[in-house]
Amino acid sequence: MSEHPEVVDGPELTVEELPRPGRFGDFGGRFVPEALVPALDELDEARQKAAVDPEFQDELARLHATYTGRPSIVTEVPRFAAHCGGARVVLKREDLNHTGSHKINNVLAQALLAKRMGKTRVIAETGAGQHGVATATAAALMGLDCTVYMGRVDTERQALNVARMRILGATVVPVEHGSATLKDAINEALRDWVTNVGTTHYIIGTVTGPHPFPEMVRDFHAIIGEEARAQVFELTGRLPDAVIACVGGGSNAMGIFHRFVPDAGVRLIGVEAGGEGVDSGRHAARFAADATPGVLHGAMSYLMQDDDGQTVESHSISAGLDYPSVGPEHAFLRDSGRAEYRYATDDEVMEAFTLLCRTEGIIPALESAHALAGAMAVGRELGPDALLLVNLSGRGDKDMHTAAAWLGLAPEGTQ
Amino acid sequence: MSTAVAGVAETLARCRAEGRAALVGYLPVGYPTVEGSLEAMRVLVEAGCDVVEVGIPYSDPVIDGPVIQQATSEALAAGTRVDDVFTAVATVREAGATPLVMSYWNLVLHRGVERFAGDLAAAGGAGLITPDLIPEEADEWVAASDRHGLDRVFLVAPSSTPERLVRVTSACRGFVYAASTMGVTGARSSVDTDARGLVERVRAVTDVPVCIGLGVSTREQAAEIGAYADGVIVGSALVRALGGDGELAPRLEALRTLTTRLAAGVREAARTTDQP
Repeated sequence: MSEHPEVVDGPELTVEELPRPGRFGDFGGRFVPEALVPALDELDEARQKAAVDPEFQDELARLHATYTGRPSIVTEVPRFAAHCGGARVVLKREDLNHTGSHKINNVLAQALLAKRMGKTRVIAETGAGQHGVATATAAALMGLDCTVYMGRVDTERQALNVARMRILGATVVPVEHGSATLKDAINEALRDWVTNVGTTHYIIGTVTGPHPFPEMVRDFHAIIGEEARAQVFELTGRLPDAVIACVGGGSNAMGIFHRFVPDAGVRLIGVEAGGEGVDSGRHAARFAADATPGVLHGAMSYLMQDDDGQTVESHSISAGLDYPSVGPEHAFLRDSGRAEYRYATDDEVMEAFTLLCRTEGIIPALESAHALAGAMAVGRELGPDALLLVNLSGRGDKDMHTAAAWLGLAPEGTQ
Repeated sequence: MSTAVAGVAETLARCRAEGRAALVGYLPVGYPTVEGSLEAMRVLVEAGCDVVEVGIPYSDPVIDGPVIQQATSEALAAGTRVDDVFTAVATVREAGATPLVMSYWNLVLHRGVERFAGDLAAAGGAGLITPDLIPEEADEWVAASDRHGLDRVFLVAPSSTPERLVRVTSACRGFVYAASTMGVTGARSSVDTDARGLVERVRAVTDVPVCIGLGVSTREQAAEIGAYADGVIVGSALVRALGGDGELAPRLEALRTLTTRLAAGVREAARTTDQP
């Protein structure tokens, strides 16, 4: 897909111009055990070589065209948009990718890199299970051993994805420590990596972790925004007023935002998990509450932490957004004012989820339903002249159990 | 730079003058309780630890294995605070050993690097071991530790390249912590031959003393490593000795017994290197 010729680029605003590599302003960096530094250096070199290697790029493009199902389509959703203040709403359909979410974009690329680096085993953390399923899929495709770490709480609420990973041949390790959710799965994956780094590549599933992960994962997802920008222009003859995406770690958001960063007239809006409300303390709205910068899992970013700097447990109805920190580039975009962040509560999310199901026949992931709830609010603020591009990052099959229980639709005797 | 208290280099030099490696014992503050951990640290000193590495429990201890994870999460659940580490440091200093603090970086960062350094120095701490801070990210800590005369212990690992060994050891003061093996903390039946090779590679690029940690749990291992390293660091084995659900007194005795054996180990090592 080529860029639309009428669209003139604004000034590039790239991290490559920032003074410290691996930093987004004050955020990012590498806060890791020294034992991992050689592996991070090796990875950084490999991904930089791959970025300019036609053979790698051709192989990735071939996989995306014949395996992922790219380009993913865009769908205008007028019946849903009627609940968004009458604004035009266009969905970028990452839910239609193979394995059911945007995660496959990054995973296929990292798995190719792992093979190039001579690694025979990949590991991953997963929250909702979408990244774990994508990693298990890529490992099956490329003949790599695969172990996925998943918090025990998440293995229960996303049981379907646990089954998918195991059927694909991956070992799924439930993690019991701490809050037994995504952050604890990352802790355990890091322990595995530091032990087995000689043979193993850690496919981090979001735009966090030590450098080069935030930059690299963003770049592997940037295809979302590249496609969507041209598709929206072709459909509507203009660029959207706002691009809206949910933000847990923030990979789908960085993927769709990145190409729009130079388009100064396009608002970039991330939607965090407001859980039971920010005042309740049970949420994952890192930017909305009194969060301050801190270090978790190798990166400096905003962090939910107590007076001592201990990580505070997050809460969200969606396992994929249930994370107390956020990708460092989001922290940079927020503090620089280029992107804005709001949150949607579990109640608002379930309303948006139900609406999209019943007005458009599309069942979104609960994560993506946060972006939809954001679109409902933004559309009402901007009114009927607005054009909103929403990243529908994943499909909701995995969430049927949670949604049915919430909506009171579970068969009698199963509650 | 000025310091009112002895740094860890002096302690290592004194041990070297006795023809032996130093014994460095790790325990987290707050396990099983704050008061219990202070008693346990006094036991370490009485039984022969030259340096006590006081750990601060942290919610996300990514380089710790199951034994220390369990102990530190119990300590946190019981209400242990970062402030408690300074009490522990003062206790170790009073008991007659050199206190070093081991902390994951966010706890230092959140308190404020300068404030943390000031509090640590005021309590009599010799310095800080930083398992998830590499020299490239440590500008603020290097400046603060210089101002307060504190030791800076960074880590190297078997995976470290010669360039990394130079980079890391040149940022260290006191000693460099060499991880014996790739992995997390926890006792191992044999400590890799990686350890000896790593010490040799470190010695080739620096005069900074080298202490070996990860996996050491027995008198025999202490003797074997003490033969070529400047210090032997023991953590999980001590925490395990202190573990269990019963009365504290017998657990402290188990800790004393193990520490006494380890102290004997570093004293029976046949020194194979003659370091400056």
